[in-house]
Amino acid sequence: MATDFTLNGKPARFEGDPETPLLWVLRDHLDLTGTKYGCGIAQCGACTVHLDGKNRRSCVTPVSTVAGKHVTTIEGVTGKEAAAVQQAWLAVNVPQCGFCQSGQVMSAIGLLRVKPRPSDADIDNAMAGNICRCATYVRIRQAIHDAAHALEG
Amino acid sequence: MLAASAVLLLAAAQHAPGLKPVSAFAGIADPAARSVAIFEEMGKVIRHPRCINCHPRSDRPNQGEDGHPHMPAVTRGADGHGAPGLECAACHGPRNVVLTNGTGSVPGHPDWRLAPRSMAWEGKSLGEICRQISDPARNGGKSLARIAQHNAHDGLVGWAWNPGPGRAPAPGSQAQFGALTRAWIASGARCPG
Repeated sequence: MATDFTLNGKPARFEGDPETPLLWVLRDHLDLTGTKYGCGIAQCGACTVHLDGKNRRSCVTPVSTVAGKHVTTIEGVTGKEAAAVQQAWLAVNVPQCGFCQSGQVMSAIGLLRVKPRPSDADIDNAMAGNICRCATYVRIRQAIHDAAHALEG
Repeated sequence: MLAASAVLLLAAAQHAPGLKPVSAFAGIADPAARSVAIFEEMGKVIRHPRCINCHPRSDRPNQGEDGHPHMPAVTRGADGHGAPGLECAACHGPRNVVLTNGTGSVPGHPDWRLAPRSMAWEGKSLGEICRQISDPARNGGKSLARIAQHNAHDGLVGWAWNPGPGRAPAPGSQAQFGALTRAWIASGARCPG
């Protein structure tokens, strides 16, 4: 059975079990390995993508549920928030080992789209589902604030 | 013999273990006492983890049979659908999803959310919950008739009997819960002390 959806602005199709997690489809079938497998049970956030513009854990998203929808991954995310987050991440030098960072970046972009001037509490609440075993949380929070300031400017 | 077995099986399906049918309260002559007894039966559903976990006393839901804090540490947000950027729908899709590692499932519903603060049940007595449910100022402006409709037909309430692998369902059925709610109202909607 085929599932058709839009992936990073282009038509995409998966022919296989409709219960296959979107993360498996992205990494194993479409070779988009920027989205990471961390826990597989929606506990770590490493697999975060955007589904119709909103943050979504792809490891618990059966591909059938994205039929007809827009999926954006770290490879294809664009726009002013994405640019600001990328610049801030570089300037603050956020990553340590880097494994969780594509999920962190996607969640940060998703936050800034709905909350352009987030407080510390807003950031903590929005990023609570993204785990970083290197504990880069302070730099993540700083980079999100910096990206928000840049977007204001 | 086969017919008798079929009748027994049908009876078991209609009255799932753990929730008495309305008819079980017919012997209580005093309507007020009957009403209280029926609400106490409804309390088996109301205080079940599938229901009370998302009626928390705080801005964070609980989970599991023991009502431990939800992980990740999510918050309710402005409308109960989660914080901006970490809405409930970031993980909870339109239906239950079985985890690929075989440890259970992520619950789902199209309108997955927390109950409003005014409907916090965690830590309250059944009498307090009853008075809260009956109070339009706290129950979202619902009449008792709408409460009956809500309990009998609301899809998110109904999830409690279809919670997905790894999670015990609420006792009985939503139809039984709805019937108990109607009987409670018909007998005066009295609350336990």
